[in-house]
Amino acid sequence: MRSALRTRDSSLLRLGLLVLALVFLGVGLARGEQQEVLAKAVRICLECIGIG
Amino acid sequence: MSGMYRDRVRGPKKRRLSFQRKVQLAAAALFNGYAAGFQKGKIFTSGSKALCVPVLNCYSCPGALGACPIGALQTALGAHHHFPFYVLGTLMLFGLVLGRVACGLLCPFGLVQDLLHKLPLPKVRVPKGLDRPARYLKYIVLALLVLLLPAFLPSDTGVTPPLFCKYLCPAGTLGGGIPLLLADPALRSVAGALFSWKAAVLAAILLAAALVRRPFCKYLCPLGAFYALFSRFSLCRMELDAHRCVQCGRCESICPMDIRVTQDLSGPECIHCGRCQEICPTEAISRSLGRRTAGEKNGPEASK
Repeated sequence: MRSALRTRDSSLLRLGLLVLALVFLGVGLARGEQQEVLAKAVRICLECIGIG
Repeated sequence: MSGMYRDRVRGPKKRRLSFQRKVQLAAAALFNGYAAGFQKGKIFTSGSKALCVPVLNCYSCPGALGACPIGALQTALGAHHHFPFYVLGTLMLFGLVLGRVACGLLCPFGLVQDLLHKLPLPKVRVPKGLDRPARYLKYIVLALLVLLLPAFLPSDTGVTPPLFCKYLCPAGTLGGGIPLLLADPALRSVAGALFSWKAAVLAAILLAAALVRRPFCKYLCPLGAFYALFSRFSLCRMELDAHRCVQCGRCESICPMDIRVTQDLSGPECIHCGRCQEICPTEAISRSLGRRTAGEKNGPEASK
């Protein structure tokens, strides 16, 4: 019984987190954050490679 | 040994290339598919780099087709100073769908560690007393170097550098730094103390990987730490059929993360590499989608 409740709670939490993730993703896309990621990723990151 | 399955016991399958290795190689090729970049010493600059990949794959690797989520997270916090909705949402989706499957099957740096561990050198098992607390280090790395310091460390320029990438990330040095410096004399001429530090960190981690199984994944990787937090909710799971298990211990001896497979399968430390599944003589271990294994534990206690 306790195990079944735990599994149900876990499923609900999973669903909640999934909704939250999709909301975050939607807000991020609406704010154009993907362009910031692109701008960083298409230039050589000097810190990442150990130069700057 | 459970009676009804005694007769079904079979030896380990003999394969030239395991399922894990095939997926790892395919994923490494997929995430780093811009082969011309290695020759030219240039990085890929098209639109796919707006998408985060689910693994630690430096976006300054000449072959990289996507963005590193850990680098992108630090940039959003340290350079743009806003809540990282896009990157965090993407990472949460990866965590909820894949979980640490990304570590065991998809991560190119995981592949590097696995291959290095095949070198014929003496193997070391980290003592429990050191191993258990050390596994919390990756959560500290995630919290401090990736989230808190980039977000709150004051900087004269207003831009806090990506501290994990700058001082610790071995994937950036191996996949980005070394190929770019080899191909570009101008970059070589400006490499100094920081590159020496990063090269030393990389060398130490690679040497450790030859002696200890998956040391970076166990102790330092912030992406693995993030996914570990989602292991309880991840759709991809490993399941153990207790009725089939004959307690032979083969799974626990082969597990690269040294977890107690029969007790904590699919816990935060399980990277879903599937080696336990392949070696199990009674096919008691399987992959599944969505169901939760009873009795799982959270946290590094999942390790032996």
